[in-house]
Amino acid sequence: MSVYFPQKFLPYLLLLPQLAVTAIFFLWPAGQAVEQAFYQEDAFGLSRDFVGLDNFTELFTSPEYFASLKTTMVFSFSVAFLGLAVALWLAVMADRVIRGAMVYQTLLIWPYAVAPALAGVLWWILFDPSMGPVALLLESIGIDWNHFINGDQAMILVVISATWKQISYNFLFFLAGLQAIPRSLIEAAAIDGAGPTKRFWDIVFPLLSPTTFFLLVVNLVYAFFETFGVIDATTQGGPGQSTTTMVYKVFNDGFVGLDLGSSAAQSVVLMVIVGLMTVVQFRYIERKVQY
Amino acid sequence: MIENRPWLTGFSHLILVLGVLVVALPVWVAIVASTHPANAFGVGHIPMWFGDQAFANWHQMLIGKEGQASHMLRMTLNSLIMALGITFGKIAISLLSAYAIVFFRFPFRGLAFWVIFFTLMLPVEVRIVPTYEVIANLNLLNSYTGLTLPLIASATATFLFRQCFMSIPGELVEAARIDGAGPIRFFFDILLPMSRTNIAALFVILFIYGWNQYLWPLIVTTDDAYYTLVMSVKRMLSVPDGDIEWNKVMVSTLLAMIPPVLVVIGMQKLFVKGLVDAEK
Repeated sequence: MSVYFPQKFLPYLLLLPQLAVTAIFFLWPAGQAVEQAFYQEDAFGLSRDFVGLDNFTELFTSPEYFASLKTTMVFSFSVAFLGLAVALWLAVMADRVIRGAMVYQTLLIWPYAVAPALAGVLWWILFDPSMGPVALLLESIGIDWNHFINGDQAMILVVISATWKQISYNFLFFLAGLQAIPRSLIEAAAIDGAGPTKRFWDIVFPLLSPTTFFLLVVNLVYAFFETFGVIDATTQGGPGQSTTTMVYKVFNDGFVGLDLGSSAAQSVVLMVIVGLMTVVQFRYIERKVQY
Repeated sequence: MIENRPWLTGFSHLILVLGVLVVALPVWVAIVASTHPANAFGVGHIPMWFGDQAFANWHQMLIGKEGQASHMLRMTLNSLIMALGITFGKIAISLLSAYAIVFFRFPFRGLAFWVIFFTLMLPVEVRIVPTYEVIANLNLLNSYTGLTLPLIASATATFLFRQCFMSIPGELVEAARIDGAGPIRFFFDILLPMSRTNIAALFVILFIYGWNQYLWPLIVTTDDAYYTLVMSVKRMLSVPDGDIEWNKVMVSTLLAMIPPVLVVIGMQKLFVKGLVDAEK
C-alpha cells in the first residue's frame, strides 16, 4: 500500500472513539492503579497516606501472596498441559479417521461458547459431594470427595472445569496443524517401516511444535486471566486459600478485603506479567511470519 | 490414508466417541436436572434420566409464578444488549481506527498504534478495582453504557482489520480517487463490502466474548434490572449450603449457554475463521 488519502484532519477523527475509550477505561485506571499502589488507604476511603514501596515489600514478604503465586502456577500449567494433551490426542484420532472428522469437530468445539462461570457450575453438579454422580462413583471406590473441604480436590475441580472449556480451542488448532503436514512425509516413513506411534513421535510431533508452543502461550494466558468465572462460581478461592489465584486475589483483596493499596500493587505486578507474556507472544508470532 | 489398519481406525472412532461423550456429560446432567422438581435432588441422589417437570420448570423460570413475574426474560434481553453492544462497538471503533492507520499518513500515527496495542496488556481482570472506580466516578454503574463501553476497546480487532486492509492493493485507492470518491465514500462503498467476511467472522467471536462476560456485570450492576444471565447463575448459587434449587439453576445455566452455543454450531465456518484470524 503506497497510496494514501491526503486529508489531514479526518484520521484523527477516525481514531478518536478508540483512543477515547482506551484513555478513559484503560490508561486512566492503569495509572490510578500505579498511583494507588504507593498509598495506604483506610477502609472507608476517608484518608490515605503515601507509603512508598511499602505495599510492594509487604506483598513480596507475605506468605499468602507466594501461596497465590504457587496456586496460579499449579493451576495454569495443569490447565495448559491437560488441555493440550487431551486435545492433541483427540485431534490425532480425528485426523486419522476419514469419515466423520467434521462431525467430531462440531461435537467437540461447542464448549468454547460456554462461559467459564457456567462451566464451573456444570462440573460442580457432577462433583457435588452429596449428590454428584462422579463424587458418588469416587466414593464407591474409596475416595472421599469433598471439594468444599479438601483444597487439592477443589483445585482438581477448577482445573477440570477450565480445561473442559479450552479443549475445543486446542483441538481446532491441532487438527488444522495436523492437516497441514504433507502426507508424503508420513507415507515415506510408513514405507520405511515406521509404525503409527513412531511416526507420531518422530515426525508429526516435532512438526507440530510451532502450533504446540503457540497454544501453550495462549492456554497460559487463558488460565491466568480468563478463568476468574470458574473459580468465583465454584470455590471462591477456597477452601482456605487453596484456589486463590493471583487474579482472584486482586479482586478479593480489593472488593472483599477493601485493602486497596495492596490490591493496586498486585494489579501493577499482574500488568508487568501480562506485558511480558504479550512480548513473548509477539516475538513468537513475528518468527512465525518468517516461516 | 497411509495404510489400512482397520483396528486402529476403529480405536480412533472409539476414543473420539468417548471424548464427545465426556465433553457432553455435564450438559446431559444439566438438561436432565432441569426436568425434575426441586425435591428430586438430595443426599446420594441425582436424577440421570428425564423427569416430567421440564415444562413446569422452564415455564416458571421464563414466565414466573402466578402474581410474580420472572426476571429471566429481562436478563436475557440485558445479555443480548450487552453482547451486541460490545460486538458492534468493538467492530465499529476498530474499523475506523484501522482505516485511519492504514489509509492515512499523519503525525503521531505510530503513537496511536502503540496506545491501542497497550490495551492488549491490560485485561479488565487485572485492573478491576481502579476501573470500577472510574465507572463509579462517571456515574455509569447500573447502566447499559457502563456494561458495554469499557469493554469495547480492542487491540485484537484493530490488528485484524489493519492486516486485512493492508492486503488491499493501492491501485484500488487510486482508481477510487480518480473516479472522484473521497475517503468516506471509499470506506462505505469499497472497504466495508470487501471486509464483510472478516467482519462476520469477528462478529461470531466477539458475540461469544460479550455474552459470556461475568466479572464486569457482577461488579457494575447492583440493580436487578441490569443483571445478565451469566452472572445471575452465581447469585442463585449464593444461598446457604443445601438450599440450592438445582433444577432452577440448571434452567438458568442452559438458557445462558444456549445462544452462544447455537452461534458456534450454526456459524461453524465463520467461527473457525474468526478464531484463527484473531490469533494471527
